[in-house]
Amino acid sequence: MNKIKSLEDLKKVREEALRKRELRATSGQIEIVVGMGTVGIAAGARETLKAILDFIESENVSGVVVRQAGNIGLDSFEPVVQVTVGTEPKVTYGKVSPDSAVRIMKEHIVEGNIVKDLVINI
Amino acid sequence: MRELALHLLDIAENSVSARAENIYILVEEDTRNDTLRMLVKDDGIGMSPEMVAKVIDPFTTSRTTRKVGLGIPLLKAAAEACEGWLKIESTIGLGTTVEVLFKRSHIDRMPLGNLAETFVNLLIGTPQMHWIFEYKLNQKSFVVDDKEIKEELGDIALSEPTVIKFIREYIQSGILSVKEQV
Repeated sequence: MNKIKSLEDLKKVREEALRKRELRATSGQIEIVVGMGTVGIAAGARETLKAILDFIESENVSGVVVRQAGNIGLDSFEPVVQVTVGTEPKVTYGKVSPDSAVRIMKEHIVEGNIVKDLVINI
Repeated sequence: MRELALHLLDIAENSVSARAENIYILVEEDTRNDTLRMLVKDDGIGMSPEMVAKVIDPFTTSRTTRKVGLGIPLLKAAAEACEGWLKIESTIGLGTTVEVLFKRSHIDRMPLGNLAETFVNLLIGTPQMHWIFEYKLNQKSFVVDDKEIKEELGDIALSEPTVIKFIREYIQSGILSVKEQV
């Protein structure tokens, strides 16, 4: 049976997140933006975002801010994902399937290497 | 788009673009009246009657911006193919309400799809927004007001691993509990 989550559980969630934050080294803010306009959604952006959230959850990646944005203006490259690590320039990835999203998370977010074959130049 | 939940994500994204601060989303299934209704109400910038007409039928205008897409017309067509309708009520400066109704048992009705994931996506992806989600099946309903979640979390980001897990399980189990009670 599925246990119904209650808002009471949130207190524990908050405490755990605070504890993790203390352990985390400051490597600069990481921001991931997924384009969620009509074209992006139709091209599968929700599943791409889900893959990113799933990765963060399963690999316990702390300190990443994930946001969605409206149409980024790159229709033919949707789903589009933009990654900004600290003060480095923003990297834009195109046609990001859930599998590609996992690669970006592993190689770029965790290991710090840009996934060159997925980058689009704008 | 093959899921109503994806269309919902699309409409809600319009509300975000319209600089809303508060967005209420209702999905209501009524097995007795055989209807499926979705409503997105925002307090964004709103639209003039001319703009509403353009949004509903994009081919009457030579649009120059990407602000108006095909999302609404496609959803309207899908609803009308299922003995339903779509309507938009909007006032400049006050906000917009998009409401769509389907005959629930219609053979051509799209599946609702992954509603929980659409809510999770909106809640986590647009942290600046105040969201209220409601899923209703006949008289039973599940409501998420993200204010309570955000107040409890304080300065902890919504995209922290444990928070994502909590939000997803909270929404999934809430929707499921409504479905199971029927």
